Amino acid sequence: MITTVASGAVVALLLWLALWTVVARDAFLAVAGFVVYGLLLALVWVRLAGIDVALTEAAIGGGLTGALLLGAVGRLRRTEGETAAEGAGAGTRALAAVLAMGVTAALVLAVLMLPEPAPTLAPLVVPNMPATGVGNPITSVLLAFRALDTLLEAVVLVIALIGVWSFAGDRVWGGRPGPRYQADPDGILPYLARVLPPLGIVIGIYLFWAGADHPGGKFQAATILAAMWMLVQMAGLGDAPRTDHRGLRAGIVVGPLAFIAVGALGLWTAGSFLGYPEGWAKPLILVIEVALLPTLVLVLALLMNGPPSRGGAR
Amino acid sequence: MSVETLFALTACVLVGIGLYGLIAQPHPLRKLIAFNVMGSGVFVLFGALAKRGAAAGLAADPVPQALLITAIVVAFAATAVTVALMLRLIEITDSASLAEPPAKD
Repeated sequence: MITTVASGAVVALLLWLALWTVVARDAFLAVAGFVVYGLLLALVWVRLAGIDVALTEAAIGGGLTGALLLGAVGRLRRTEGETAAEGAGAGTRALAAVLAMGVTAALVLAVLMLPEPAPTLAPLVVPNMPATGVGNPITSVLLAFRALDTLLEAVVLVIALIGVWSFAGDRVWGGRPGPRYQADPDGILPYLARVLPPLGIVIGIYLFWAGADHPGGKFQAATILAAMWMLVQMAGLGDAPRTDHRGLRAGIVVGPLAFIAVGALGLWTAGSFLGYPEGWAKPLILVIEVALLPTLVLVLALLMNGPPSRGGAR
Repeated sequence: MSVETLFALTACVLVGIGLYGLIAQPHPLRKLIAFNVMGSGVFVLFGALAKRGAAAGLAADPVPQALLITAIVVAFAATAVTVALMLRLIEITDSASLAEPPAKD
């Protein structure tokens, strides 16, 4: 009973926040609403028995996306008034509302007609988990049963970063991304940027390691580590790296390359791409995870930093 | 009503709200936020399906949940590319307008 009431309250708040982000007068208010919305979504994931998803949602969906949008709002402020005049007319808005309600109605119909019993792959995952040597079913799906998805995801992240970098002007190509942050050296931000990273690094590495058998994993860990790096940059204690730094670029591609190398090894030892020979699953998964961690930390942080903007080719 | 049905229906409404914002809001940043709301609706719907697939001693089907983690990360990457594209548009044209520029005679 109490859980039903709690779920109802979460749903009501979630829908209200979603509406708020869409109709709020000011873009800043919309982004603020979206950050809270992301955190609330994490609660929904807990209710849906997805602790791993909840951790990812809170860290990436709410945290990183929210910070990214907040940064963008500051720089887009002056363009807001201009587009306000281009607002859709009453007719378009009414059509949009009808279309949105139609899509919602179709989805509701689909939900109400879902097959019983629900199709599930869980009975296939559980008996095969011991072969991977990993105790967390999500991790065993991500890195063994559906490892190809995770490989492609790592490649997509690198491509996204190349995409962001390619928006740089020619003169600043290879330079440092984002502004050089200045903060009052005696202020609270530099203080936090000195106190939090040691804790954040320990928590990040714990989440990374615990992900094998408990909720957690490399994505959540990488987000925390990337956030710590952003904090140091925003407090003015460290600058963003040059994007033409060879070591940085090597760190960005090491994850996908190691992943592909392990996959190719499988062709030869286990007879299929990304196959693991018997008894070698756990060590190979560990190799992939360790190689992916620097890639994920660097890409997530550099996506936040944006395209190179100062100090072009040397 | 079971928790998964409740959240599945909520997700349908979220998709509708996001779609409305995507069309009705003129500013590209507002469109991006609305698109993210729509995407999160799709994710929640998929998560509810994962919960329905609870079996073999697991509280939910781990395969869709793993795909969801991938999806959230990819959605963030796509959002980052869009934000960079938007800021570049403003840098070059000094305007965030997505309207057709007036035809030059």
